[in-house]
Amino acid sequence: MSDAPAVPSLVQHARLFEAGAHVVAAAFVDGEPMLALADGSVLVGGPEGQRRVVIHPDGAILTAISDGRTLLTGGDDGRVVALGADGAPREIADEKGRWIDALALRGKAFAWSAGKEVRARDESGAVKSWSAPSTARGLAFQPKGYRLAATHYNGATLWFPKVEGAPQTLEWKGAHLDVSFSPDGRFLVTSMQENALHGWRLTDSRNMRMTGYPAKTRSLSWSHDGQWLATSGADAAVVWPFKDKDGPMGKAPRECGVRQARVTRVAFHPKALVVGIGYADGAVLLCRLADGAEIPARDPGGAAVSALVWDAAGGRLMFGLESGAVGLLTLPG
Amino acid sequence: MTTSREPEKIPVTVLTGYLGAGKTTLLNRILSEPHGKRYAVVVNEFGEIGIDNELVVGADEEVFEMNNGCICCTVRGDLIRIIEGLMKRKGRFDAIIVETTGLADPAPVAQTFFVDEDVREAARLDAVVTVADAKWLAARLRDAPEAKNQIAFADVIIINKTDLVSAAELREVEARIRAINPYASLHRAKNCDVPIADVLERRAFDLDRILDIEPDFLVADDHDHDHEHGHDHDEDHHHHHGLKHYHDEDMQSVAVRLEGDVDPAKFMPWINRVTQEQGLNILRCKGIVAMKDDPKRFVFQGVHMMLDGDSQREWRPDEKRESKVVFIGRDLVEEDIRNGFLACAA
Repeated sequence: MSDAPAVPSLVQHARLFEAGAHVVAAAFVDGEPMLALADGSVLVGGPEGQRRVVIHPDGAILTAISDGRTLLTGGDDGRVVALGADGAPREIADEKGRWIDALALRGKAFAWSAGKEVRARDESGAVKSWSAPSTARGLAFQPKGYRLAATHYNGATLWFPKVEGAPQTLEWKGAHLDVSFSPDGRFLVTSMQENALHGWRLTDSRNMRMTGYPAKTRSLSWSHDGQWLATSGADAAVVWPFKDKDGPMGKAPRECGVRQARVTRVAFHPKALVVGIGYADGAVLLCRLADGAEIPARDPGGAAVSALVWDAAGGRLMFGLESGAVGLLTLPG
Repeated sequence: MTTSREPEKIPVTVLTGYLGAGKTTLLNRILSEPHGKRYAVVVNEFGEIGIDNELVVGADEEVFEMNNGCICCTVRGDLIRIIEGLMKRKGRFDAIIVETTGLADPAPVAQTFFVDEDVREAARLDAVVTVADAKWLAARLRDAPEAKNQIAFADVIIINKTDLVSAAELREVEARIRAINPYASLHRAKNCDVPIADVLERRAFDLDRILDIEPDFLVADDHDHDHEHGHDHDEDHHHHHGLKHYHDEDMQSVAVRLEGDVDPAKFMPWINRVTQEQGLNILRCKGIVAMKDDPKRFVFQGVHMMLDGDSQREWRPDEKRESKVVFIGRDLVEEDIRNGFLACAA
């Protein structure tokens, strides 16, 4: 390796620290680094110093999401908790010991699921419930309007919590897991038990199958312009084109950061067509979509990357591992 | 083959048994013993478990068909989700026990461990343990296909409530069980009072532990099945060393032994074909095979159409190279299986 030309690397620019538990999700909440941990706590603060806020005492955080203003956690104690930048926890719901399987967040509206029960809480605090045909594994708010998508066995359902009447179910055989709307709201994409993605064009419910993954896709990230969807589940980040009206139908995806390790997390840069990629072997790299150029951000080793997030400006990338190892990369210049 | 570098996977024990057989009694028994182990317990109904310091998770028994072209390939979606969640509590428990409902088919639970890569990485199926009611099992085998499935599928069978039946009735129910599944280890119990070692850490699905495939006999038998009993002359049994042998009408086991080596070029297509063609009816299969020119034993096991096989240890110099396959299932075409396997001889 010493004879090879020097590869530009950002590894030295990442400041490392220890979270002490499996990192479930990482977030920048109004710029403040936060790590949701499997031991039920949230670590607030960057490498220069952190404080631990116990959110789910004696429990585990099963799932956590953030929109950059709020960190929302769901625990195996049945509680849904929101944190702002001050790190003060605010209980949103208590499902009495049932596991919180999925969360969605937009502004001051929250949604969560426990088994088949799906609940949405609007800005005023009014909670509405809908019972899915089977456990709802994924939730997402539509970009515009108070409408929620929930995945379940044999499809996904679009539900207007404030409107009486039957929700609209998009059917596709199989168990659907995570779910995401395209930023323009034209497409709904789910990951599936069968190592595939499924998509619907919402104007006409046309089906899109995105297959060929060797493992389940559990991380989805849209590019800032909404034209690309980066996905985990292969030995490269698989990036599907969504620019055209047909989305990725009939088109091949790009592959970024091909390595001998499974991609576990993907995160598109908020302002450029650069995707952050985390792998099962602990490596993190940045890949430029235009030419496939790669820059390492963390050398392999340790455990699988389980959390990856950019700050709103795109100047910092935070990654967390199942082992609790964490790094905060500040881009130079 | 497992290597020492591989992190130890969490063992998962599946408890099945028809309604009222005593699953919850067994579960409470396991949990209350002073074993020093911590269990995560997956149950369908809260409230029946008398131990509250364990990690108890409610399940919904969501059986999902997989879109992989295999019609009998079903998995337990809730189990995949629960194991993923439990892995976030890694280090806080040593093993997982899954209690199924009385009407549950054990196959989707077992297949989950064959099909789902994430589950396979985190956990291993240890054994399917079936609790049978000594008094009512014979009747359930007649009218409840679920009960028969649970017996056929089991690695360990506990005949419970033996104090409620006579010695003759007990022998009868044992013979009925043996007619369906001669390979499970069988234990008698009054109030599910069996040693925990008979139930947990069986490694029944561990290819390295497939040492021999012989019908199991009750080691702790009460030696009274010699001559004097069995004077009822039903048409569905005959006498053989005084032990009654039944032939279940639709569920049976087929065992075929082949002296010497097997040609892998014939055997591999055959075993794949048999499990594809008859996989709907095959509940379990297992085999130890002497492959031509291979110093190691080839072992395999399967559930319906799922197969898992690997080279195991070397054949010992004093060991006779022979091959044996066993199938447990419904309406198996014994002649086809027998002739097909024998035709694989090298």
